[in-house]
Amino acid sequence: MIPLSWYIMLSAALFIIGMAGVLTRRNILIILMSIELILNSANINLVAFSYFLQDLRGQVFAIFVMTIAAAEAAVALGILVALFRNRAVVNADEITTMKG
Amino acid sequence: MEKIFFLIFAIMAIASAIGVVSLRNPVHSAISLMACFFQVAAIFVLLRSPFLAAVQVFLYVGAVMVLFLFVIMMLDIRKATISRFVPGGLFWIVVILIALVYEILAVISKSNLLARRVAAVRLDGTVAEIGKTLFTEYLLPFEVVSVILLVALIGAIVMGKKEIK
Repeated sequence: MIPLSWYIMLSAALFIIGMAGVLTRRNILIILMSIELILNSANINLVAFSYFLQDLRGQVFAIFVMTIAAAEAAVALGILVALFRNRAVVNADEITTMKG
Repeated sequence: MEKIFFLIFAIMAIASAIGVVSLRNPVHSAISLMACFFQVAAIFVLLRSPFLAAVQVFLYVGAVMVLFLFVIMMLDIRKATISRFVPGGLFWIVVILIALVYEILAVISKSNLLARRVAAVRLDGTVAEIGKTLFTEYLLPFEVVSVILLVALIGAIVMGKKEIK
């Protein structure tokens, strides 16, 4: 029997690694991958609580999170392709058009 | 036995997650992310939700990762891999991350959820039960999510299209 805290610790570790990726990396693609990591860690939490409370709603919410993550990836990569076509940059710190 | 499997999956997941944020080549990061998704799917199996594990493999490993690899292939990443991290300001990022770690650890250690045990296994996480919950109690969110997917599809097509002058 695995205690609930192990799952929460794993999810927190993945969240923090993903957060570090979002904050430190320059490449937008890797920032997007880190966001996927963060969403996955949230999913681990939802499913863990769903199992430990014996309530299916956590799993249903995890399904919703997965669909939203897929939609987010599709739109973000579409924006990235359009951006690369116009400006040919993939580094997050070089996109300063709206800085004024 | 279960704990050993959990530890194997968790260590693999964390190692591949560190690989995602630290590797130089975006293709290697994507492969590492794929490994991480597989480990998370295995952890869903340990949590008795095989349907979510299957959806995780189909949706993330199958769809999202192919999308990522496709975009990496389309874009010319080669010249962008000179410096990995944002220049300057790393000190504040480290401070923010340490504060985040501290907050999460404080919340986890203070909560009384840690001692919670599974009282009685009432549901086995089958597709039928999930389907019933999804189509009775959560019918409206389900439809809203499908509309969001449609909007995302149209948005991705519109943004991917060449501009009409």
